[in-house]
Amino acid sequence: MRHLIISLAVILLPISASAFEIEERVVFGAESNPQTLRVISTGDVRVFEPMISGFLAENPAVTVDYTVVSSSELMKAIGIEEATFDVAISSAMDLQTKLANDGFTAPYSSQATDALPEWARWRQDLFAFTQEPAAVVLSKDAFAGLPMPQSRQDLISLLRQHPDRFQGKIGTYDLRDSGLGYLFATQDSRTSEVYWRLTEVMGALDAKLYCCSSHMINDVASGKLAIAYNVLGSYALSRVDKDRFVVMLPSDFTTVMMRTALIPQNAQNKELAEPFVDYLLQVAWNKTGQHSQQPYDSTAMLAEREDSLRRIRLGPGLLIFLDEYKKRSFLTAWENAILQE
Amino acid sequence: MSAEVHSRGSIRRRLMLQLLLGAAVLAIALFFIVQSLARQLAEESQDNILAAAVSAILDTTSVRDGEIQLDLPYSAFSMLSNISNDRVFYSVRFGDDFVTGYNDLPTVPKDDGFGPWFDTATYQGDEVRIVTAERRLASRGKPLAVEVTLAQTRDGQRDQLRWISQIAAALGSGFFISVAVLAALTARSSISPILRLTKSVSRRGPKDLRPVAAPVPHEMAPLVAALNSFMDRLKNSLTRSEEFIADAAHRVRTPLATVRTQAEITYRRVEKDENRASIREMIRAIDESSRAAGQLLDHAMVTFRTDHLEQEVIDLNSLADEMIERLHPMAELREIELVLVQQNAVSTVGDTILLQSALRNVLDNAIKYSPADSTVTLCVSLDAGMAHLTTTDCGIGLPEEDAESLKSRFARGANVEGVIGSGLGLTIADEVARAHGGYLTIANNSKGPGACVTLSFPLQ
Repeated sequence: MRHLIISLAVILLPISASAFEIEERVVFGAESNPQTLRVISTGDVRVFEPMISGFLAENPAVTVDYTVVSSSELMKAIGIEEATFDVAISSAMDLQTKLANDGFTAPYSSQATDALPEWARWRQDLFAFTQEPAAVVLSKDAFAGLPMPQSRQDLISLLRQHPDRFQGKIGTYDLRDSGLGYLFATQDSRTSEVYWRLTEVMGALDAKLYCCSSHMINDVASGKLAIAYNVLGSYALSRVDKDRFVVMLPSDFTTVMMRTALIPQNAQNKELAEPFVDYLLQVAWNKTGQHSQQPYDSTAMLAEREDSLRRIRLGPGLLIFLDEYKKRSFLTAWENAILQE
Repeated sequence: MSAEVHSRGSIRRRLMLQLLLGAAVLAIALFFIVQSLARQLAEESQDNILAAAVSAILDTTSVRDGEIQLDLPYSAFSMLSNISNDRVFYSVRFGDDFVTGYNDLPTVPKDDGFGPWFDTATYQGDEVRIVTAERRLASRGKPLAVEVTLAQTRDGQRDQLRWISQIAAALGSGFFISVAVLAALTARSSISPILRLTKSVSRRGPKDLRPVAAPVPHEMAPLVAALNSFMDRLKNSLTRSEEFIADAAHRVRTPLATVRTQAEITYRRVEKDENRASIREMIRAIDESSRAAGQLLDHAMVTFRTDHLEQEVIDLNSLADEMIERLHPMAELREIELVLVQQNAVSTVGDTILLQSALRNVLDNAIKYSPADSTVTLCVSLDAGMAHLTTTDCGIGLPEEDAESLKSRFARGANVEGVIGSGLGLTIADEVARAHGGYLTIANNSKGPGACVTLSFPLQ
């Protein structure tokens, strides 16, 4: 199917006139095509390429202009600057929910959206197409001779028993920088008090704070870290050096994030956006055929832990932790726990 | 022959129409009542949840060092999303200052009381239900109100109402259809006593003027009473007129006999041929008159006796014998031979006097219309469960087209000009036959001239 792509033009544009910060921009398909679908996304080009190629194979007269930004920039682009994109794809469920709640989305319903499970959709505005667990990545070398922990409780007792071994070798998100880290942390705190105990233990062992999953995994692979907490499992499993570490989904509970797609209110090409969303959802939820094009496929990983999965619920509840007051008090509590200077 | 009836409107149709109209009104009322109840319930439940959520938020507020402290509870918003996937907006104000949330969200004007206060407004282009509640906190020694406003769109409620409306519409139409069916059945069953009465009255024979005895619904009792009394009066009036005719005929017959005797005596006395001829003519007229009077009497008797029919076994052979015997002199006068043909023992049940009268009239007709020096045959037979008395003559026969009409009163054939008759003979015979469950058949002879009249009665 990939040979059908007419051309794959990678254009690393200089920062354009827009105020939001673009990380990368790629145009799939011939630029001379009459119709262009503009996608703004937080997902890597590499990961989405098979899916987009599949879509283009079915719609050869379309060009896909794919812009990669961070989730907060995406929020800014759609929610504040009202830049014109046809589809917005983001891992920040809370920000996506806020966009939908605040009326920046165009409702859409089709056979594909109706087929979604109740928890994979909010109103006719947000459509989930992945399920990605927050995992704990454990270095095999660092745990040599120790039992592999299966839950947060296991992890806490191990850390308490071997403080020397793990001193300075624990990594987790810096909630002040990472929206995803903040989402995972707030959901963890809702599910169980054990989150705070673990955070305190990690803080006592001088945990390192990171902006992104990939950096943490790099450091685990290189041996700099023994433990990376709340890392995207899908990232870890897609690594070539994944035999150096163990990706553990905690058995007490595993928070599951869903990437969502939405059609912005001011989309110029809704007639292109709609089949694109349909295609994306079909790829994601059909277990057959095009499923290999699914970005961030974690289905196999999740199947083992079905009972302990806590899927983050789409809906107005997510707005709570976006509230400035709430965020401020949560971050204060977190800083007190993790930064024990 | 029935008189034209002027009919206007229909009880059944009016009943149906009124029932259907009532059902339609009720069905529409049902639809709106269900819908408004559902709307009220949906609005109330949304208000309750909004009130619970807003008070959950208010409960987390406090003041520290003059600063408002606020810990928005997750449950406050997740409970809102439990009933529907509606959009949620909120704002928190402390005194006159905006604290957090959506700054442009309108608040509900607070009237008296403690709240919460509700309102419906438009926000971000959507209809929202807004609740505002407040709580007084002490800030730096003076009371200050913290005010929380929560708003939720009503898409879920709209969907729910649409769904309930569909159910209510289905309910209403179902109700209407069942009432329509019931109305049709009711209309039919309430009209049925009238139809029954109509049937029973129209099934009656022409002489049957007995009162209606079958029970009727009491609404119809006055009508039936009126009908019964009308029939009673009719019957009395008929009886009176029959009696009058019989009486008149009787009173005419006796003096006629005297007049005839006197005429015969005079006939013998006068000698002039022309005088004798006119007296002969006179006697003939007197004969016809007394014959007619006799038939009128017969007819009155038949009418009277058929009302109280006697039931006795009658041997038709002896009846025929006796009748031939009695008419023999009259036949002989015209040189007509009477022949009686008898085959088996045949008997029926009925009123002897009536049967005699019927047979006499038939034979009398046959003799009257037969030419002199001919034969009239009376044949007693049985066939197909009926007894037949067939009279055959060699007379002028009947006009083909109106054989049946000759049975009616005072009707005479078109071909009997010149023969004097009353037109009552066949009527009497026909009435007697029918009163006994039989019938009268009139036809021309299949071979040769003359008529063939058959009286048929059921066998004993």
